Amino acid sequence: MSAIKRRLRKEKIARACMLTAAIIITGSLFFIIGTIVWKGMPYLSLEMLTQTPQGGFYIGKEGGILNAILGSVYLASLSTLLATVIGVPICIFLNVYVKKGSPLSRFSKLLFDVLFGVPSIVYGAIAFSIMVWLGIRASLLGGVITITLLTIPIVVRTLDELIQTVPNDLRHITASLGATRWEGAKVLLKYVKPGLMTAILLAFGRAIGDVAGVLLTTGFSDNIPIYLDEPTATLPLAIFFQLSSPIPEVQGRAYASALILTIIILLIVICTQYLASKQKKNRI
Amino acid sequence: MPTGQPHIQIKDLNVIIEGKPILKNINLEVPNNSITSIIGPSGCGKTTLLKTLNRLVDDSADVQVTGSVLVNGEDIYAPDAEVTHIRKKMGLLSQRPFPLPMSIFDNIAYGPKIHGVRDRKKLHAIVERQLKNVGLWQEVKDRLDASATKLSIGQQQRLCLARGLAVEPEIILGDESTSALDPISTQVIEDLLVQLKQDYTIVLVTHILRQARRVSDYIVFLCDGEVVEFGPSQDVLLNPQHEITKQYVKGFIS
Repeated sequence: MSAIKRRLRKEKIARACMLTAAIIITGSLFFIIGTIVWKGMPYLSLEMLTQTPQGGFYIGKEGGILNAILGSVYLASLSTLLATVIGVPICIFLNVYVKKGSPLSRFSKLLFDVLFGVPSIVYGAIAFSIMVWLGIRASLLGGVITITLLTIPIVVRTLDELIQTVPNDLRHITASLGATRWEGAKVLLKYVKPGLMTAILLAFGRAIGDVAGVLLTTGFSDNIPIYLDEPTATLPLAIFFQLSSPIPEVQGRAYASALILTIIILLIVICTQYLASKQKKNRI
Repeated sequence: MPTGQPHIQIKDLNVIIEGKPILKNINLEVPNNSITSIIGPSGCGKTTLLKTLNRLVDDSADVQVTGSVLVNGEDIYAPDAEVTHIRKKMGLLSQRPFPLPMSIFDNIAYGPKIHGVRDRKKLHAIVERQLKNVGLWQEVKDRLDASATKLSIGQQQRLCLARGLAVEPEIILGDESTSALDPISTQVIEDLLVQLKQDYTIVLVTHILRQARRVSDYIVFLCDGEVVEFGPSQDVLLNPQHEITKQYVKGFIS
């Protein structure tokens, strides 16, 4: 076989592999979403969205999961907000103030790599011991502490990757105009803003979907949380509880809850992408 | 500044990066109000020398600088030297045009703003003056709020020059500032630099010998981190004293 034929055959094989992988992944994604819609749609009702569980909800009677919807939204929003407020300055400090390749920089990056991969149950356990120490019971606050710890590494790592791709020119230009490092950092943040939104979105997605972290620290309640020190229901736990029920009605509601969770995430993704596209106009 | 005192004096400058000596015993007095080009083979330390002048070399990991660089008689490597204020004196025109992620207006107003100009009218006057300075005003006056990235690459480089001039530097540093540009934009930038030397001291790094010939009054020939030859352009180009300079000028090494 001639050389060119061999090369073309390799090209074909590579393409076939990629196509297969793409089909498998897209297929399973559609399968998951399809299952949720198929099984959850019949149980999705206005009642589900607007009411808290009434007596006997978990054996198939009246009520909804407004408590878990609001609980999850509160928990994820607060944690993501805190993780951003803490994570962005960490990242700026590591990239602008600490010299590249210095021991501190290398150690911190390794640390965040490790933290990024730590399972959420471990964060739950750590936060739980902090809560015991501080005398906090399982509550929205406990959940926020846990999920904030869980999402800080996500914000830091994602933003860090992003800042690595920014040409040094930007730093050199702001510096040569006489900007202080902080003033330069503000331009840098402006430059990476669309990507920063993606980082925040990833953190939010992880925060709203986490089960293991909230299991020990947030508790569960049929009431809508009003104060930070109240036990709070979350959607993933609500799904878990309903799905373990033998009653078909309750299981169906579990799928409806999963559908609601997916829709919330979808809405957040659409909003973020819309905002990011508006920000993009000044990028290079 | 007393007249006659050079803007930039380099004394016994040594720069070591990651244990490798990049610049060795550099002694130079850059003449005022003229264009000095730094030429030399690839990897000879041209850009490092330029970056040493505004202390951007600090940005690299593991750098040691010894000796001194005097700007208006003040040693910028003195332990108590304040970097921000030193850098403000030098406009930098980098290799590729790099507009800041903001509008045309804000790109130029950015520098004055951080140095405390708040008045909208004053800022507008600065923006207009600097854009006129680089011959960009007519082209962009109706779209000052548009993103700077919408400009052509040649316009972007002129914008970057205007942005640097807006902080009223005394010195302009150019790091192969035309290497990303087409011949016409290159000529526009070269002409601008020649005009600007009346008011500024200009140091350029270039790997294009013809460019050095066209624009510079003085030439520094750098080889292997050492100044081999320094003098008026004509002398260095037409009558080089060293064999290696001769070979470089004739194009035998690059």
